Amino acid sequence: MEKIPTLSYIRPFVSTRNACKLCSPLGACIAIKGIEGCVPVIHGSQGCATYIRRYLISHYKEPVDIASSNFSEETTIFGGEANLKIALTNVTNQYQPKAIGVATTCLSETIGEDVASQLSHIRNDSTNSNLPSLFTVSTPSYQGTHLDGFHATVLALVKNFAKKLPSADKINFFPGFVSPSDIRHIKEIVADFDLKTTILPDYSDTLDNPVWDQYYRVPKGGTPISELEKMAEAYASIELGVFTSVKQGGQNGGKEISGASWLESEHSVKNHQCILPIGMNGNDALFDILSKVSGKDIPVKYQMQRGRLLDSYADGHKYIFGKKAVIYGEEDLVLGLCSFLDEIGVEVVLAASGANSGKLQKKIIKHCPEHGKTIQVISDSDFEQINEACNTIKPDFLIGNSKGNYIATNFNIPLIRVGFPIHDRIGGQRITLLGYQGTQKLFDKVVNAMIEYKQNNSPIGYKYM
Amino acid sequence: MERIIKERSTQVHTIGTSAHDLDCEKKSLAGSVSQRACVFCGSRVVLYPIADALHLIHGPIGCAAYTWDIRGALSSGPQLHRLSFSTDLRERDVVFGGEPKLYTALTELIEAYKPKAAFVYSTCIVGVIGDDVEAVCRKVAAEQKIDVLPVMAEGFKGTKKDGYKAACDALSKLVGTDNNFQAPPFSINILGDFNLAGELWMLKEYYEKIGVNIITCLTGDGRIDEIRQAHKASINVVQCSGSMMHLAKEMEEKYDIPFIKVSYFGIEDMADALYEVAGFFKNEEMLQKAKELVSEEIKTLLPALEPFKEKLQGKKAAIYVGGAFKAISLVKALRLIGMKTVMVGSQTGNKDDYNLLQKLCDKETIIVDDSNPNELSEFVKEKGVDLFIGGVKERPIAYKLGIGFCDHNHERKEALAGFEGMLNFANEVYASVTSPVWKFFKR
Repeated sequence: MEKIPTLSYIRPFVSTRNACKLCSPLGACIAIKGIEGCVPVIHGSQGCATYIRRYLISHYKEPVDIASSNFSEETTIFGGEANLKIALTNVTNQYQPKAIGVATTCLSETIGEDVASQLSHIRNDSTNSNLPSLFTVSTPSYQGTHLDGFHATVLALVKNFAKKLPSADKINFFPGFVSPSDIRHIKEIVADFDLKTTILPDYSDTLDNPVWDQYYRVPKGGTPISELEKMAEAYASIELGVFTSVKQGGQNGGKEISGASWLESEHSVKNHQCILPIGMNGNDALFDILSKVSGKDIPVKYQMQRGRLLDSYADGHKYIFGKKAVIYGEEDLVLGLCSFLDEIGVEVVLAASGANSGKLQKKIIKHCPEHGKTIQVISDSDFEQINEACNTIKPDFLIGNSKGNYIATNFNIPLIRVGFPIHDRIGGQRITLLGYQGTQKLFDKVVNAMIEYKQNNSPIGYKYM
Repeated sequence: MERIIKERSTQVHTIGTSAHDLDCEKKSLAGSVSQRACVFCGSRVVLYPIADALHLIHGPIGCAAYTWDIRGALSSGPQLHRLSFSTDLRERDVVFGGEPKLYTALTELIEAYKPKAAFVYSTCIVGVIGDDVEAVCRKVAAEQKIDVLPVMAEGFKGTKKDGYKAACDALSKLVGTDNNFQAPPFSINILGDFNLAGELWMLKEYYEKIGVNIITCLTGDGRIDEIRQAHKASINVVQCSGSMMHLAKEMEEKYDIPFIKVSYFGIEDMADALYEVAGFFKNEEMLQKAKELVSEEIKTLLPALEPFKEKLQGKKAAIYVGGAFKAISLVKALRLIGMKTVMVGSQTGNKDDYNLLQKLCDKETIIVDDSNPNELSEFVKEKGVDLFIGGVKERPIAYKLGIGFCDHNHERKEALAGFEGMLNFANEVYASVTSPVWKFFKR
């Protein structure tokens, strides 16, 4: 049996070889799953919904129901409104959802479907009186990546639902595209600061449910729409991630905005933004914000967690110092991981993302004081570019999602699995990276991977250290 | 809440109670959350195992990303098929047309990877913006001097089944292009086996033992040069009839090669597959060898299955898989280990398949076409099943309710074909049904 072919030389390719990104409607579906009682409908061919379902199920290991308006040749020629109406009716009758989110596809976008006006026609048709709240988001798969779909949906949600009401004693928290267990950890942290918070989106339960005594067509959990409506009256927002703005054609008047920045500009809800809090520096920044917003000192519990993390930095630093790492994934994840590895003495030699905001390099330089200037950054990258680059940079380990496994196998080095998708292991939905606690788990994993590698490649191994 | 969507009620049938015949081969209903995919998916999964070809998906990134290395199909040699190539269309390509990008992408990939041939899959959007994929393929084929085969697989043009046809159309352009090849005696082609977990290699061994030569398998462990010679076979042995029937019929018409439908799953069907080939060649010696092989295998297999059968006797199973022919074999195989099928369905079955299932299964068994998670969860709950057999999309339905589950789709990593496969299957069913973890679940 031969090996998967890898070119030994680097040449530019117009084609994408083993994509390091997914398409926009996938991100939309994840965000929609974070709204209570909400069912996603993909406006396009049946395959888009099924592929995305399959993909999400293999990561989250949960039922993920996504409906399709199921275009046919006829629909493609004459337009999708009739199909959309059938889809909405069937979804409503089967699921009795509180809301339905309609995400477009390359197909429906290109034939020029005006879904917003279709939704209002369907809504105004008296035969559809039992329809729930409806909203749509434009997610043509030829624009951006799954993260653009995710953030566009968050923006569409606040624009659709947040109303101007008298100010309330509440903050908004935009966690970004993190794991269900990360969201649960965030909830714990904000509660410990005595903050009342709306998390958007919150798929901590819907995509990570316990076992069921009966089959729930719509899983429990998610941001309640009633809370979503109050987001414009919050006194502050906290947004994790700095690549959250959506630049979608003319839809937003050409301006780049995120859900949180829209609330700031339209409703004066002050936004506090920080990078994904992975590592000491990242978390110190988040806890400073929490302290400032809540007016409270950092709870002892987190001071202890921070102290333990620092203690472990001392215990483990030797085993990782100067090791060379390759990071890949969504831009915010890559930035967070870079910042963490940089502060513990690991040399990131390659930071790659399938996304292409044009800002990754600058942000990495800013947040990685040790090696930031020398880190090779590839945007709009694919896995074969990473694979070929590894020929020359000879990394000690990779850190990213399951998809890089074949590269790690190729070079016989460890892959630290984080992010999305993790579909060659169980527990992808339970990987916590955020907080001092999440960082602690990651730090232990990285150090132990290096120790294990050394042990496995030593003729006798070793027992004590 | 609707148990079954009104328009779908004719696609669900309970043996002995409902009045109608099962309705099938229909397009999925909008909003029904069908478990099916699209035309592109059908063609991609069929052609995927051709290992020395370049597979380039012309469209935005999703279609390629979601099908990257998706099958458990193994290759004994080249692994080129396991890379996922895409033209990754962007907005400007959609506006100005994707032909230049397709041309460049194809050319650079063929130059870099030197494949034996290239398949170019056309996706939804390509059909809409009107790229002339066939013309670009012709041009590159002439320049690079290899076959560049367009696969017209626009997602909206039908169902997964239409994708199977698109794949067969592409294959039939290759079949018959090598006339210098002299086939050895007793040569067959296997159609519709995908060499999941190396199953083809087991089958090859059986056929070799009885003196049968395989020219090519379409498409498991597939090679372009072998496919060119396929028309020299005496007979086509079709396993996955859903996907390969078009090609089998076309080859019968064009090259006068008859076909038989077989299944390699379960003792009965596996034995029949060998007997039928021997019967076709009207060769006594071959038939004798086949009988010896089967009895030899059964001698060790049956006693090995006995302990599983004891534990599994009377347990109930639900089956929901892609092809109905597979479902038929599964019902028989489950019966062999003492289990009863109480619900069975498929994404793409036809009238014949479902009639056969109706004859095969007991009264009260639910038969369903193109189902969805809501129906499936209702059925398994209602019937109190101990085991659900399906694919990735069905798995969480079973596990959420605390029911054992076995994968039987194109991504599985366990070999389930042949006699060895039957033992693996029994082992897996046993592990799934009798695991102590279910004791913690309320059912």
